[in-house]
Amino acid sequence: MLSVHLILFLAFGAVAVAGAVNLLAQTHPINSALSLIAVMAALAGEYLLLGAEFVAAVQVIVYAGAVMVLFVFVIMLLNAGVEEHTKGSRVALLIGIPGTLIGSILVAWAFLQHSGTEAVAVGVMPGRTSGWGDPAVIGQLLFHEFLLPFEVTSILILIAIMGAVVLASRPPTSPVARSARGVD
Amino acid sequence: MVPLSYYLVLSGILFACGVIGFLIKRNIITIFMSIELMLNGVNLSFVAFAAHWHALAGQVFVFFVMVVAAAEAAVGLAIIIAVYRTRETLNVDQVNLLKL
Repeated sequence: MLSVHLILFLAFGAVAVAGAVNLLAQTHPINSALSLIAVMAALAGEYLLLGAEFVAAVQVIVYAGAVMVLFVFVIMLLNAGVEEHTKGSRVALLIGIPGTLIGSILVAWAFLQHSGTEAVAVGVMPGRTSGWGDPAVIGQLLFHEFLLPFEVTSILILIAIMGAVVLASRPPTSPVARSARGVD
Repeated sequence: MVPLSYYLVLSGILFACGVIGFLIKRNIITIFMSIELMLNGVNLSFVAFAAHWHALAGQVFVFFVMVVAAAEAAVGLAIIIAVYRTRETLNVDQVNLLKL
């Protein structure tokens, strides 16, 4: 009954869920960042199982590589320590965890009961072609049908770069910067 | 032989973990990582639906989500650095200038 596909899905899913729970359990941000890298690597495995090789590669390169390096760099730059809890955060702990658990159990029950997808297995559809997740096909789609959104996102990236530089650089004449330098 | 609903449930579990982290964490960087976890959960359901309906547009959407998440991470971390410079803390409970 247990196919290789299902076993791999369960293994990668277990790693992903364990990493996500560990992200919540850890109090130091660097441990949370490493758990998030484990989650992203496991998700790349899930994408490979779904036949999306391009997305899996981009997930490892962009998410687990570039974005998480940025996170770890900022954690080390700001010397982030163990977080401390206050009264308000304990209230959020008491209300947030049961509420989210109940909501996610309801959603999972609805998916498993009413979706009717038990017969339709992912990855074994008869009409499936071999070059489905091919980067060449995705490139065709990206540069023909989705050309305008692609150009818009490149402008978004440009604006984000400039915004990050402006926000992170210290303005030499503003009084806030002068007071901050005085504290240093 | 994995049903689509299993992928959706895994995606929902990851999204729920992100929501819980957003609610209970007090370090601003960890809150930001919880947002990234939520985006990853949504990406998984995008790819699962794309595989289910043989619609490659789902994978292109995942590509766009990743681009926007990378831009968001760059700007958000710059904002975190700016907040740390002015407030000297990473605890969101102490960043309360807009509170009445």
